[in-house]
Amino acid sequence: MNGENGAEETTYEVPIGPIHPALKEPFLIKFRLDGEEIVDAEPHPGMNHRGIEFMGMHRNPMEVIPLSERICGICSIVHQHMFTTATEHALQIEPTNRARYIRTIMCELERIHSHILWAGVAAHEIGFDTHLHLTWKIREKVMDLLEYIAGNRVNYSMWTFGGVRRDITEEMHPKISETLEYYEKTYDKLENIFLKDPSIKMRTKDVGILSKKKALELCGVGPTVRASGVKKDVRIDQPYAAYGDIDIDYVIPSRYGFEDKGDVFSKTVVRLKELLQSIDIIKQCVAQMPEGEITSEPKKAALFNKLEKKDGEGIGRIEAPRGEAIHYVRLSEGREDIDNWKIRASTYNNLPTYAPMFMGEQIADIPIIAASIDPCIGCMDRAEIVDIRSGETETYAREELHELSVEKTKKLKEEGI
Amino acid sequence: MPTQTIYTLIKQLLKKKTTNPFPVKYTPDNMHDAQELIEEGKLEINPPVEVPPGFRGKLKYDKESCIGCQLCVKVCPSEALVFTEERKVRHYVTRCTFCGQCVDICPTDSFEFTDEFLMAGPEKLYDDLVLNP
Ligand code: SF4
Ligand code: SF4
Repeated sequence: MNGENGAEETTYEVPIGPIHPALKEPFLIKFRLDGEEIVDAEPHPGMNHRGIEFMGMHRNPMEVIPLSERICGICSIVHQHMFTTATEHALQIEPTNRARYIRTIMCELERIHSHILWAGVAAHEIGFDTHLHLTWKIREKVMDLLEYIAGNRVNYSMWTFGGVRRDITEEMHPKISETLEYYEKTYDKLENIFLKDPSIKMRTKDVGILSKKKALELCGVGPTVRASGVKKDVRIDQPYAAYGDIDIDYVIPSRYGFEDKGDVFSKTVVRLKELLQSIDIIKQCVAQMPEGEITSEPKKAALFNKLEKKDGEGIGRIEAPRGEAIHYVRLSEGREDIDNWKIRASTYNNLPTYAPMFMGEQIADIPIIAASIDPCIGCMDRAEIVDIRSGETETYAREELHELSVEKTKKLKEEGI
Repeated sequence: MPTQTIYTLIKQLLKKKTTNPFPVKYTPDNMHDAQELIEEGKLEINPPVEVPPGFRGKLKYDKESCIGCQLCVKVCPSEALVFTEERKVRHYVTRCTFCGQCVDICPTDSFEFTDEFLMAGPEKLYDDLVLNP
């Protein structure tokens, strides 16, 4: 096969499964290069089929609740919430009002830890490992709070059909407000690092731009498209849990005096401002939390029988820290196990947005741009680089890319731009 | 900027550590020897961290009160519970995910969480870690 400029190109076999087996959703991006510049990027998802849906379809809904939260180690509440709401939808049962508020608080706590984790990863990708450690230290506080409320640091096992399994009692309020205060105090520090530091700005501003038009065309979700100025947030567009009662607005950079540019910097702005938003939401929830039962189905054995005898299908939607995600569940009468289960996580929608983001950028910018959508994959473990001039192919391991990225930061610093 | 760095450094020196200490400062050359030393009281180890209230640790099973309804076996996601011939359940600790569904569903409250968390086995159905073997 001959390329446009006559140079010979060869076709390559995509290796299946060599991508880091420890990571959740390994995938591959193929880049075409003109010297240092990326002229084409093609994401290849689907490298590792975990068969979670299949496993779920061989278990009854009660067994799938703990399984669903193990889809993702960071968004475990998110998946659990979607699965339970989809099943509640199919069963036509409603969670109690108190449970709705507890669910909202947990979802927002998870958003806080996820966004801070992202900030650390982003700093690491551009070679600021001190910031990685600093942010992750800050993140520990919310992990402690989650552990205090749910009994677990991750995989909280809080949800059940019709409500939650653990209450947020009056005694827990002081610890919650203490944690929130801590985050309000440390927020300035984070903003100083990520939005004001000149060396970080050099690496994030005008890098990996996703225009509003492209964001809409490619159906991206979450902070990735909000950074381009797209007003899209399930919490507002189709409120679930207690979000209908809460005062909340779209977080887009222009609301805070920044440009809706869609570059890595705008995405950082959105994620950091969402920290403040989450703190605000939790405060509202704690203040307004109604009294009452935490679940509408306290008799578990009766609920279990109900699950067996029900026909129906349901959908659960949520605004995960990474954007909208959906679960679909179908139950059929006389079958103990779930009939059908479909999961669509947010990163799946955001992958196509890589193509315009990478266009015209350099190899050294690959790690930070890849991280900018907060992929629920260990970003790129391996990228295959094709030089269109020579048709040569090289495979870059994650470490090498990281080295390149760190070198670029050093070079920019030395040049003193 | 430099003053801020110095200030932060001094603060870091005086502050309590964020992370929990390891049981011993350096990995011992020989684990068995270290274990013996601990038993003899010659080596002190940092105690494990405190667990939060409502912690989901190792389960406790009360065989007497169990009525053998099998509900827990049905809701266990990881097949950690097996129904035995004497109409009771056997619990494989190494398979358990500590979701607590068995604790919730049991009509006689035969399952209970404890605070114990130091447990690990080399295989999924590790013989030494079974309740009601
Ligand atoms: S805690 Fe969960 S995994 Fe462990 S035995 Fe009970 S139901 Fe099974
Ligand atoms: S649910 Fe309780 S009573 Fe029934 S078999 Fe299990 S432990 Fe025994």
